Amino acid sequence: MRDTGSTDTPILELRDVTTIFGSGAQRTVANDRVSLAMAESPARILSIVGESGSGKTTAARTLLGLQPPTSGKALWRGKDIYSLSRREMTEFRREVQAVFQDPYGIYNPFYKINRVLDMTIRKFKLASSRQEHAALVEEALEMVNLRPPDVLGRYPHQLSGGERQRVMLARAYLLKPKVIVADEAISMLDVAVRAVIMNILLDFKEQRGISTLFITHDLSAAHYLGGDMMVMRRGKVVETGDVDSILTNPQDPYTRLLLDSIPSPDPTQRWSTDLDEIAELEEQAGLAEHRNVVVT
Amino acid sequence: MAGTMDAPQTRLVDAPAQPAPTREPLLEIQDLSIHFRTPRGLARVVDGTTLTIHRNEIVGVAGESGSGKTTLVEAILQIIRFPNRETSGKVLFTPRSGPKIDLMQASDRQMRRLRLDEIAYVPQGSMNSLNPVVRIGNQIVDGMVDHGISASEAKARVPEILERVGLEPKVARLYPHELSGGMKQRVIIAIAISMNPSLIIADEPTTALDVNVQRRILNTLAKLRDELNVAILIVSHDLPVHAQLADRIAIMYAGQFVETGDIVSTVTKPLHPYAAGLMNAIPSIDKPRVRLDGIRGSTPSPLNWPKGCRFHNRCPHAMDICRDVPPSLVPITTGPRETPNGVVEVGPGREAACHLYPESTPTRGANDA
Repeated sequence: MRDTGSTDTPILELRDVTTIFGSGAQRTVANDRVSLAMAESPARILSIVGESGSGKTTAARTLLGLQPPTSGKALWRGKDIYSLSRREMTEFRREVQAVFQDPYGIYNPFYKINRVLDMTIRKFKLASSRQEHAALVEEALEMVNLRPPDVLGRYPHQLSGGERQRVMLARAYLLKPKVIVADEAISMLDVAVRAVIMNILLDFKEQRGISTLFITHDLSAAHYLGGDMMVMRRGKVVETGDVDSILTNPQDPYTRLLLDSIPSPDPTQRWSTDLDEIAELEEQAGLAEHRNVVVT
Repeated sequence: MAGTMDAPQTRLVDAPAQPAPTREPLLEIQDLSIHFRTPRGLARVVDGTTLTIHRNEIVGVAGESGSGKTTLVEAILQIIRFPNRETSGKVLFTPRSGPKIDLMQASDRQMRRLRLDEIAYVPQGSMNSLNPVVRIGNQIVDGMVDHGISASEAKARVPEILERVGLEPKVARLYPHELSGGMKQRVIIAIAISMNPSLIIADEPTTALDVNVQRRILNTLAKLRDELNVAILIVSHDLPVHAQLADRIAIMYAGQFVETGDIVSTVTKPLHPYAAGLMNAIPSIDKPRVRLDGIRGSTPSPLNWPKGCRFHNRCPHAMDICRDVPPSLVPITTGPRETPNGVVEVGPGREAACHLYPESTPTRGANDA
């Protein structure tokens, strides 16, 4: 927000991003002219939905500055993420936060939980006194519904997956980011906890103006979060728009297939067991089961 | 179902088929406990579970991670080899011919004969355990040869087995890396049905798969039940999977079953507060968008289950008695009952372990700690 232009410059943007891995027979187009934009305000949730290998993670990594695109541009406040000055990079790293799938692998098992919060406060010089430091930690943990005594001073293995993921969200919150990029952040968690994590993202949006780019294979989660949705398949964006309008009136056959394949939690609404019917849908979506496997 | 959208066309809106009329017990888990002695104390991972699976029935076991579901099914198959294991209880299995066998007492030789032949196991993530250097056909043949079928006969049966799980016969000549995840899972199911078992135990069979592939796999399992007259015990943390496939469901929490019953009543009118919480935590595109609660707190440790009802510290309905006395899993008397979701009509065949239902409170001195 400092020196950069007007508010209509998106905070994060992909412009015609194509990313190719490998070459020859191994050549995989992970992203094929993918474009998206997230406005700074009002805060919104954008869900990228697609099966494994659809390129949704590559798009997220490109936006996080982790995967330079083969062609096209990844922009933060209109600036190319891959040619930021050091000062801009620090600011970018503060404004755009990541939460990944695996809340187990992300922690160093030898350090107490406090460390991820303490290091963040120190690195970004968020506190000028010890009291301020403690107050920040407490506020962040409260925002994610954790009681400080339940997590502080403990080691990662003493926390459940949901608690660890919430500490990751608390760490992100410390930096007052503009956007959180959450890549399958709930898929390794128990169902009872998933809603808790999604509610935190909704609170962030409603109370703190923090947007979320939510990468998921779960259409029901995208529906729950609301906002916008982008459906990807084999590196391409097949459909994009408001979640409700896509879900009520899917235009692309692939979206229809996904929508039709979600198991309903209501046992009185069962799928038909007619496999031909699914085969037909899959064919329309260009998805025969005998296909080459694509890299995630 | 005040839906925000029309139900997609391919969903049938009538109730699922009732469990097949034969109520002949196939597998009877009776008061089964699996404890492990660890340096930090006794871990009571599975603690007094009772559940019956009938012939040709699909039973779902649901529960969060750490609830003991996988240990339970591993115990059924006697594949837990942890040195400091303590088990008690019985698992009675009724083979095609001959008397019931208590799997907990069965010899290694007896178990070897039962596995695959009578009880097939599809462990979690097993589709990634196919041998990368052996053709699919040979991997299917291996199991059959082990169980006394001649190599030539086994080979001859491969195309039919593959077709049953929706794969083309030519898949037999491929290697695992040439298959998609869904196809690999089908191969695993093909191996499971190769000896025509009477029970398939599948642990999270669709967890890492895309939704459209998941749907196909679940449909395949439903079809196999009808065609092969097989019973299926499916373990999944994913309630919608059970809602789509199971006839009955058993909900596990902290090493014990807290509720069992037919799938429709259990999901639509849950009796146990944990079950009710679980149902309320699941987003659905068929439901209007309202804030879901989730369940506060997290799974306790098997080294230190809470005293009394193990769910009491997370339960919105906890009373004084819940902190001291463990409720027992008992049939709930039918009729209008006060449940976590208000008063509902409770039908027959439902069990719960919760003090909200007085019949679940053990009479003094009758039960253990």
